[in-house]
Formats: sequence, structure tokens, C-alpha cells
Amino acid sequence: MNAILPDPYTIPLEKLDPSSPNLFQNQEHWAYFERLRKEDPVHFVDSEDFGPYWSVTKFQDIMYVDSHHELFSSEPRIVLGHSNIDFDPPMFIAMDPPRHDEQRAAVTPAVAPKQLAELEPLIRGRVQAVLDGLPVGESFNWVDRVSIELTTQMLATLFDFPFEERHLLTHWSDVATENPELDVNGNGRTEEERRDILMECQQRFMEIWKERAGQAPKMDLISLLAHSPATAKMEPMELLGNMILLIVGGNDTTRNTMSASVYALNKFPEQYDKLRANPSHITSMISETIRWQTPLGHMRRIATEDTELGGKKIKKGDMVVMWYVSGNRDEDVIENANDYIIDRPRARHHVSFGFGIHRCMGNRLAEMQLRILWEEILQRFSKVEVLEEPKRVHSNFVMGYTDLQVKLHPL
Amino acid sequence: MPRITYIEFNGTEHTVDGDGGDSVMETAVKNEVPGIDADCGGGCACATCHIYVDEAWLTQVGERSPMEVSMLNLAEGVADNSRLSCQISLNESLDGLVVRMPESQH
Repeated sequence: MNAILPDPYTIPLEKLDPSSPNLFQNQEHWAYFERLRKEDPVHFVDSEDFGPYWSVTKFQDIMYVDSHHELFSSEPRIVLGHSNIDFDPPMFIAMDPPRHDEQRAAVTPAVAPKQLAELEPLIRGRVQAVLDGLPVGESFNWVDRVSIELTTQMLATLFDFPFEERHLLTHWSDVATENPELDVNGNGRTEEERRDILMECQQRFMEIWKERAGQAPKMDLISLLAHSPATAKMEPMELLGNMILLIVGGNDTTRNTMSASVYALNKFPEQYDKLRANPSHITSMISETIRWQTPLGHMRRIATEDTELGGKKIKKGDMVVMWYVSGNRDEDVIENANDYIIDRPRARHHVSFGFGIHRCMGNRLAEMQLRILWEEILQRFSKVEVLEEPKRVHSNFVMGYTDLQVKLHPL
Repeated sequence: MPRITYIEFNGTEHTVDGDGGDSVMETAVKNEVPGIDADCGGGCACATCHIYVDEAWLTQVGERSPMEVSMLNLAEGVADNSRLSCQISLNESLDGLVVRMPESQH
């Protein structure tokens, strides 16, 4: 637990900066965003950590920014912060059209409906194996044993990465989302150490890439990239960037939603009862969890010209941050937005996947993994009981859990 | 009141009366016609209200905007008669419109 930060209502509005990772780790960010949505929905602050930027906190404004890629560029990066050592591997989420469109199109077949239908039995078999291997009646960390294990296995399959080395994917994903440039006390890895680890990642993927390029095309992400005209000639750093994108996109998000589903159903026990009584709510429960958790807290853009948003004049070159984590709690669009309601009407109406051309490409795969997980949990356990408050990730980007102690109750 | 027929992927037909000014997407959602998700709520920003316009109606429904073309790139099984149903606004000239749903919204 970090030092308690000041109550946002005691800070002068013009100084209010919701970006500190400590806020998110302590769950103190909610009050900051509540105040911003009410008093200054498009908010400018000169941040100590990140410099001057605009916060966009309401659902409709977020959708406007996200779907106007010609006004708000995704280059050169889509998260707050900058590298002090000039280490910013290019990736297609942080590109504008036409390059973005070409590279994204190369990998989308991996998550097309036909491909998902083929993956379903494999995913179900793995979920069953993981759940059957869990201890009943004793405490364990759900994050490690279930959320990380299942998403890592899935990633290994999507990349056709050597299965016995799959823990490396999780490791690289965790390193990729660290903010060493913010680690003023030097407790964690330095930026140089982080770069070196990701260069090992690049090395390993280059080997596999070369192997795939020499083989017949397959449906895994590396083979698709190696054989598509738009991406076959990628520079090594661009390969690394896109690998990081696909690893983080497929890993942290689904992992933390898996943990969040257990946590939320325990925080709202009447919703857990509703789910047990009627498992047909699983589909909307998954969407509601993705909204309530908001696995990625924000995305960043740069204005390409002078423009206006919510009555504020945004200048060309200004940094604009869409706080998805706030948009999903916007009461003007989502009734009782702080409550977790598994049969919420129009549960898919949330901003977690983003909107516009950068909208999450793996959203249907993520939903399928979560659906299968809960179909199998309900057939095995009467309750996954959360034993204490979880420990959380120190980040304004990944809204995640590192430790969620649970105990399983048999049917 | 323009009347629209939605045909699900499995062939089930739903004929409903729409209100002028509403979109083909909104009319489906209001009448609980299955097969259109409309995650973004009508902002041409998510591509989950993909439909196929019956060939006889292609001219009447008008042209795709550049943003609609970009968003259709995200959808699955896009054909020449693919549209995002939130981008087709109803009026009397569309009375009798027939649209078909894809197998799933992706």
C-alpha cells in the first residue's frame, strides 16, 4: 500500500491530476474521475510525471476522440509517458492509417469466427484441466493458478510458441507494461534492464519468425505476419513492437478480467446467486465484468490540428488521454454505473474495447475464454470465495491484480 | 411508417414498423430483433451492427461514408452489399426495406 493521497476535492481543480499509478493501486482514482466527470469532463493539467495533457473522462467524448483518428493520432505511443532512452518499438496500435490498417489486417485471421470455433474445444479442455487441478477447501492465489495459467496457454497457442517456454510470454508481457521511467526510487528495473529483457524477447521471436517464413503459411500470429506482404519485410524493432502489442493485448486484459469476475461476484454476492440460479446470464456477466473492471485504464492520442472538445480548445500537438476506466462509470450513459449487475440491459455498451479503427481485435476470443471458464466453474464449485482484498498492479494503464486469495467450495 | 424486414442468418424473418429518423440499427434494437449488437450505440465506431442490404434496395440506402468503410474493415464476411445499420436512416422511401444478418457480429 502506498501513502494515502489527498482527497481529490481538496485539490484545486486546475491541479487535479488523475494519472499517478499510486492512485490506481490504492483504488483512489474513482473519486478523482467522479469529480472530473462532474466539474471538468475535458480537463487540462500540467502533470508532474507526464507533462501537460488533456483528460477525457465521459463516455461520449471518449467515443468521439477514439473514432476520429484523423484528428487524434495514435503515433508514436498510446500510453502516457515517454522513454528516456529512446526505446519505443513501433507497433500497429500506435500507427495511423494506412500502415495501421495493413498490419492489423495481416493478423486478424487468427481471431476470425472460424478460427475461434476451432479453438473452443481446445480452450475448454485446458480450462477443465486447470480447474480439476485446483485444491478444494484451502487458500491459493487465483491470479497465478487460473488467470495467468489460462491466458499464457492461450497465448502460446495463438503464437504457436513452444509450450514449455510459455512462461516467457507472461514475463515479457509484465516487463513490457512496466513504467521504469516513473520508478523514481529505483526499486524496480531500470529502463535499460527493461530494454535488455525485451531485446531477448525480440531475439527469440526472430528465430521463430525465420523458421515460420520458411514454412508453409499457418494460422498462428507469427506465421500470418511472416507471410503477409504488408508485414513480411518488417524491421526487427517493428517485429518486437507488434509482438509486445499482441502479447499484452492477449494477456493482461483477459487475465485481469478473469480475476475481476471472481472478485466482483464476491463483492456483489446477490449477483453471484443470480448467476448460480441462472447460468444463461454468463454472456452478459462477462460483458459487465469487462466494463466494471476496464482492463486497460486509458489510451493516449495526439491532436493533429487545432480542434474543440467539450467546449475546450485543443491545440495541434496536445496530448489527449481517454480514460476508459472513467467512461465506463459515466452515469449519463450507464445507470448505476458503480454497481455490478450481471443481467444489465445492453451490457455490451461499454468503452473497454475502445472504438474506431483501433478497437480491440481479440474481443470475441476474450469473451469466449471467459464464457468457457465460467461454464466450467459453475459445473464444479458452489463458490469461489475471495478471502481478502486483492493486491493490485501499480499502473495507470493495466487495471490488474497480482494476488487474489480464494478458497473453493465443492458443489 | 417505413416497414423493414430483418432476416436472421438462420432464415427467421422479423418484419417491424420503424419510425422515420431512426436508423435501421435503432429500429432492430427497439423491436428486440436479434443479431445486431450495436456495442457503440450508433456512432459508426464498432462495426457490430453489420447487415447485408437486399440487392433491390442498394441504391435507395445511399452510400457508405469513409468512416463506415474504415469500420467495415473490422467486420467479418464483408460483401458489396454490406452496411453498418446505424448509418442507414429511415424515411418513407425505405418502406419495404429488406436486410440480412451475418452469422455473427465480430
